Amino acid sequence: MLKINNLHAKVEDKNILKGLSLEVKPGEVHAIMGPNGSGKSTLGYVLSGREGYEATDGTATLNDKDLFDMEADERAKSGLFLAFQYPVEIPGVSNMEFLKASVDAVREYQQKEPLDAVAFMKLAREKCQEVNLDQAFLKRGVNEGFSGGEKKRNEIMQMMLLEPEVCILDETDSGLDIDALQVVADGVNACRDPKRSFIIVTHYQRLLDYIVPDYVHVLSDGKIVKSGGKELALELEEKGYGWIDQL
Amino acid sequence: MSDVIDEYVKTEYAAGFVTDIESETLAPGLNEDAIRFISAKKNEPEWLLEWRLQAYKKFLEMDEPEWAHLKYPKINLDEVSFYSAPKSIDDAPKSLDEVDPELIETYNKLGIPLHEQEILAGVAVDVVFDSVSVATTFKEKLAEAGVIFCPISEAVHSHPEIIQKYLGSVVPQQDNYFAALNSAVFSDGSFVYIPKGVRCPMELSTYFRINEAKTGQFERTLIIADEGSHVSYLEGCTAPMRDENQLHAAVVELVALGDAEIKYSTVQNWYPGDEDGNGGIYNFVTKRGVCHTNAKISWTQVETGSAITWKYPSVVLRGDNSVGEFYSVALTRNYQQADTGTKMIHLGKNTKSTIISKGISAGKSQNAYRGLVRMSPRADGARNYTQCDSLLIGDRCGAHTFPYIESKHPSAIVEHEATTSKVSDDQLFLCLQRGIDVEKAVSMIVNGFCKEVFKELPMEFAVEAGKLLEVSLEGSVG
Repeated sequence: MLKINNLHAKVEDKNILKGLSLEVKPGEVHAIMGPNGSGKSTLGYVLSGREGYEATDGTATLNDKDLFDMEADERAKSGLFLAFQYPVEIPGVSNMEFLKASVDAVREYQQKEPLDAVAFMKLAREKCQEVNLDQAFLKRGVNEGFSGGEKKRNEIMQMMLLEPEVCILDETDSGLDIDALQVVADGVNACRDPKRSFIIVTHYQRLLDYIVPDYVHVLSDGKIVKSGGKELALELEEKGYGWIDQL
Repeated sequence: MSDVIDEYVKTEYAAGFVTDIESETLAPGLNEDAIRFISAKKNEPEWLLEWRLQAYKKFLEMDEPEWAHLKYPKINLDEVSFYSAPKSIDDAPKSLDEVDPELIETYNKLGIPLHEQEILAGVAVDVVFDSVSVATTFKEKLAEAGVIFCPISEAVHSHPEIIQKYLGSVVPQQDNYFAALNSAVFSDGSFVYIPKGVRCPMELSTYFRINEAKTGQFERTLIIADEGSHVSYLEGCTAPMRDENQLHAAVVELVALGDAEIKYSTVQNWYPGDEDGNGGIYNFVTKRGVCHTNAKISWTQVETGSAITWKYPSVVLRGDNSVGEFYSVALTRNYQQADTGTKMIHLGKNTKSTIISKGISAGKSQNAYRGLVRMSPRADGARNYTQCDSLLIGDRCGAHTFPYIESKHPSAIVEHEATTSKVSDDQLFLCLQRGIDVEKAVSMIVNGFCKEVFKELPMEFAVEAGKLLEVSLEGSVG
C-alpha cells in the first residue's frame, strides 16, 4: 500500500529526513515515536505535499503511484489523509461548506456520484455523533473558536467522512485530556479496517494504550533506528529517548 | 424618433450658440460650448443648462485631488470626448462570434444566458424580446404603486419640480473636482421617487435599463424616498460591460425623508486593465445620502473592477435617530488600485452608523480603506462601529487603512477595529490536504472573509457576487 524507500527530505535547506524506509500494508497500524526534532511531523508533511517540504532523494508510493508526482490535493484524493497536530481556523467558511467541498472533490476524483445536500447532511450528522461533536459545529466556521479537543475530534470526523486508505495522525494526542483522548481513539478504532492503514506519530506512549499498534518504529535524526512490536513503546517509555542514542 | 428630437433641438438651438449639433460626437475637450452642446442634445430646459454652466465655472477653480493612495498619470481632459451618441447598429458586433472570446468565457463562467450576453457585449440584436417584456411588466407594477423609475433625462421633463428641488442638494456642484465635472457634463442615469408610505414592490435594478439608455461615463443618479417609504436599489451587474470610456465620474444622491429607508447595492466589475496594468477604467465616484429623522440608508458595495477606484459612499445623518450603514468588499489584483471607504457624518441625536469594510489584495495591487466618522457637537448619544479587515494574497500587494475620527461630542461612542491577515499557508494546506484544489480553496477562504458583507446583499446578488470573486481570483495564486 504505502512504500517509503530511503526518503531524504529538507525544509528550508535543512536536511531533516535522512534515508527513511517504511512499508505499510493494508489494515496495519504503525506507530512512529521519537524525540522532538527527529523528523516526525516532517514525514507527514513531505508525504502529503506541503509547500516548503521537499523530498530530495528516495521514493514514496501509494498503491504503486508515485506520491511526489502528484499535487497535494491529488494525494489527498488518492486516499492519503493527514490529521493535523494544530488544525487551523478558517473564519467565515462553515464547517459544513468545507466538508461538502472536500467530500465532493474526493468523490469526483473517485468517479463516484456526488452526494446531494440532504444525503450529505445526514452523513455529516451521523459522523458528528460518532465523535461526540454537537451538530451545531457543522454551522460554525472551520475550527473557529473550537477548543483543542473539539478541533481534534473535527479532524477525526473528516477522516471518517473521507474514508481514506492511509491515515497519518500527527501528534493527535497533544493537548488532549483523558476523556478527549478516549473519544479520539474510539473514532480511530472505529475506522480500523482490513483495507485501511494508519501511521500514528506520537511523542508519548499514552495514545498507544488506546490505539494499539501492530508495529512501533523509533525515529532518530531522520531515520528509523529501531522497529518492533507494541512492547517497544513500553520499553521506550521506561528507558526514555536517551536510550536510543546508546543503541 | 431621433428626427423629431433633432428637429426640436434645432429650434431651441436657434436661440443662439454656435456648436455644430449635426455631428453625433463632440470634439474632445471641455468648454462652455461643449456643455451647451450636451444640454441641447438632450433638449434640456434652460435652468438645467444654467446649472451645468454654473458647475463648470466652479470646476474651473478646482484642482484634481491628490490625497488618495493612488498613482496614475494625470487625466488630460482635453483628450476626453464628453458626448457621443449611442453607437450606430453598423458599428456594433453582428453576433457573439465577433466579440472578444475572453469576454465570452467570463460570461460563461458567470453563468449568464446567451441573450443577456448579447446585450452586455453590445451585439446589434434587433430587439431582445425577453427583456423588453420584462421591463414592461415591471413598469406597470411600479406605476400602480406610484413609484417613478426612469432615466434622469426623462425626469427633467416629466418631474422638473422634484429634480430642481433635489439635484445637487446632497452632493453640491463644488463638492469635489469630479462631482463638479459630473455636474457640468453628466450624461444620464436613474431617477427614482418613492411616494409617502410606499414600500417599493420590487428591487429596482439598473439592469432593466440597459437597453433604454447608454448612460455612459458621467452617470448621475437621484433617489428620493419620501416619508415612511422603502426602496432597495441594485446598481451594476457582475458581468464585465463593454465600455470604451476610460474616465468615469458618477454622482449618486440619495434622500431618505423621515422614517424612510434606502438600501443601495452595487456590484462594480468594469474593465480592470490587463495583467501588465495597461488600460482599464478610472472610476471616480461621489455617492452620498442624507437621512432625515428616523431614516436609514444602507450602502453595500462589491468592487472588483476598474484600474482605479476612488469611491466613498457616505451618509449624512441629519435627522435624530437616523441610521447609516456601509458594507464593502473591494478586491484588487494585478495592478489595480482602490482607495475606497465611507464617511458617516453624525449631526442628529442618537444617530447610529456601522461600517464593515473588507479589502482583498492580490498580485501587485494596492487596496486602501479611507473612512471618516464625524460626531457633531449636537449629536447626543451618537454611536459608530467600524470594522475594517484586510486580506492579502501573495507578498507583492499592499493593504492600507486610513481611518479619520472627529468627535466633538463627549457622549459619542466610536469604535474602530481593524485586522490585516494573509491567506495563510496553513489554511491553504488544510484545504489541499482535504482534496480541495487551490483555486476553490482560495475562493472559499476569501468568500468566508467577505461573509458579513455578502449577507447584506439581496439573495440573488449575493450568489452572483460570490461567483464573481471566484472568477476574479482565478490565477491570482500560484
